[in-house]
Amino acid sequence: MVQLATSDHPDPAPAAAAGGFGKAIGNRLVIIVPYLWLFFFFLVPFLIVFKISLSTTAIAMPPYVPVFRLEEGLAGFLDSLGELTLDNYLWLTEDALYFNAYVSSITIAAVSTLITLAVGFPIAYGMARAPAALRPTLLMLVILPFWTSFLIRVYAWIGILKPEGLLNQFLIWLGVIDTPLLILNTNTAIYIGIVYSYLPFMVLPLYAALEKMDYSLVEAAQDLGCPPISAFWKITFPLALPGVVAGSMLVFIPAMGEFVIPDLLGGSQTLMIGKTLWNEFFNNRDWPVSSAVAVILLLLLVVPIMLFQQAQARSLEKDR
Amino acid sequence: MNTTWSRFNIVSIVLGFAFLYIPIVLLIVFSFNESRLVTVWAGFSTKWYGELFRNQGLIDAAWVTARVAFISATVATVLGTMAALALTRYTRFRGRVLFSGMVFAPLVMPEVITGLSLLLLFVAIGLDRGFLTVTLAHITFSMCFVAVVVQSRLISFDRSLEEAAMDLGATPVKTFFAITLPVILPAIVSGWMLAFTLSLDDLVIASFASGPGATTLPMKIYSQVRLGVTPEINAACTILIAIVAVGVLIASVVNKSREVQRQRDEQAAQRH
Repeated sequence: MVQLATSDHPDPAPAAAAGGFGKAIGNRLVIIVPYLWLFFFFLVPFLIVFKISLSTTAIAMPPYVPVFRLEEGLAGFLDSLGELTLDNYLWLTEDALYFNAYVSSITIAAVSTLITLAVGFPIAYGMARAPAALRPTLLMLVILPFWTSFLIRVYAWIGILKPEGLLNQFLIWLGVIDTPLLILNTNTAIYIGIVYSYLPFMVLPLYAALEKMDYSLVEAAQDLGCPPISAFWKITFPLALPGVVAGSMLVFIPAMGEFVIPDLLGGSQTLMIGKTLWNEFFNNRDWPVSSAVAVILLLLLVVPIMLFQQAQARSLEKDR
Repeated sequence: MNTTWSRFNIVSIVLGFAFLYIPIVLLIVFSFNESRLVTVWAGFSTKWYGELFRNQGLIDAAWVTARVAFISATVATVLGTMAALALTRYTRFRGRVLFSGMVFAPLVMPEVITGLSLLLLFVAIGLDRGFLTVTLAHITFSMCFVAVVVQSRLISFDRSLEEAAMDLGATPVKTFFAITLPVILPAIVSGWMLAFTLSLDDLVIASFASGPGATTLPMKIYSQVRLGVTPEINAACTILIAIVAVGVLIASVVNKSREVQRQRDEQAAQRH
């Protein structure tokens, strides 16, 4: 048992080769089955979205042309290929609605990521500094809201932010305000909704980074006369940076395409791309344009997604 | 590490948790409100729960959701565990970069994109939208969450246990079921629970992937929320929260007792 406890980090690669582990068919299946599943249900659908974004709307089922048909053979396929156009993308550039929706999505997602970081950092820091016996409980308390339905948590804010809602009742009772504040159906409500819903996503990676931090570094800096604030920026923040990157991406990326929050908390004035895509698809039934909207959104997210994957891969490497 | 818990730390934690929990607490409190006005307290009542159980549409939707969540969580757990094994055990195979990309990307992919792309796939292959398509969609995104949860357990897993079993003549399959599976089981269980709640909660992907006859509970709640806040929805939400809270609580108690048992076993083993 003692020997087992000491060899905590074996190198997996030679073990897999030496044990004859890789030879059994069962082990091949471990790769092949999830690979094919994700290929067919995750990657192929994107190729279809891309193809339909180049199609033209039609009054038919499915509501676009051309439709590739296997029975027409290669010639039919090549004919159909000629019918593909970039018109939908041109349409997106011509109509200011889409451009504004992209810009306001990026702005809202970026601002709410910064607010979430500002709110989440003290919480994560406090958790990392808490007595060790208390930390699992605190961690559990951060994770618990994540298990509760997203829709329910957004819905809960409607009752709070309404003009006759609980927040306004409370503020009037306190005597801070005389007339109810209009918060629901404004961008402020969207910010509150995003910060609230995604806060656990920010706190968890930050906590993971801060918990590993050696706090004696900060103490040493302070002993040498470094003021607390500059010790924070020179030591704590750089050491927490992997957590900051991972947390920010976990908030920014889904917030960009968010639909439920702008739809329930935002007003008719608020443009966000997730809502635009939804309306284009469900209300206008324009499948090609909504596909083009999705492709552009995906292109905008490629860089953040790669940043996230790198941060993820690096933290996994460290754990090995 | 020297743990001096400053006043600033305590205040920020208290405020943070207040922010996280007050909306949920208010939602639960007002589900017991006598008045139809959700924001004015008029006395305690459980009548909205009674209304809830007479709302056949809501009950049907809850039943659909429970079945979708159970089936998709189970299949996603199997596929996600396989994906986690593939990622941690096989550092080199053709297409590994693509594979890990396909496992991690759905975690952050905006739901509208996942939903739209799956819907277009189902239309392209001529699959009628309904129960089956929602289940397939939920398996696809929740298996990636299971993979991440199980992977984090597998990384800290002591491979020498498996080597010892195989040196003693156990087949790889037997080794997996006798050694690996029991060790990673807590991660698999929490993966299943995560997949179950993700499926239970999902609105956007279900709205795209579902068709007539397979309205899930979030879709039903959403269509009612758009008409306004009612205590009936508060009651439905409270029940959902209670189910999830009890589940998480049971899981953590089970995990804790397993952990205590494991430590006791280890101490016993070291004494010999």
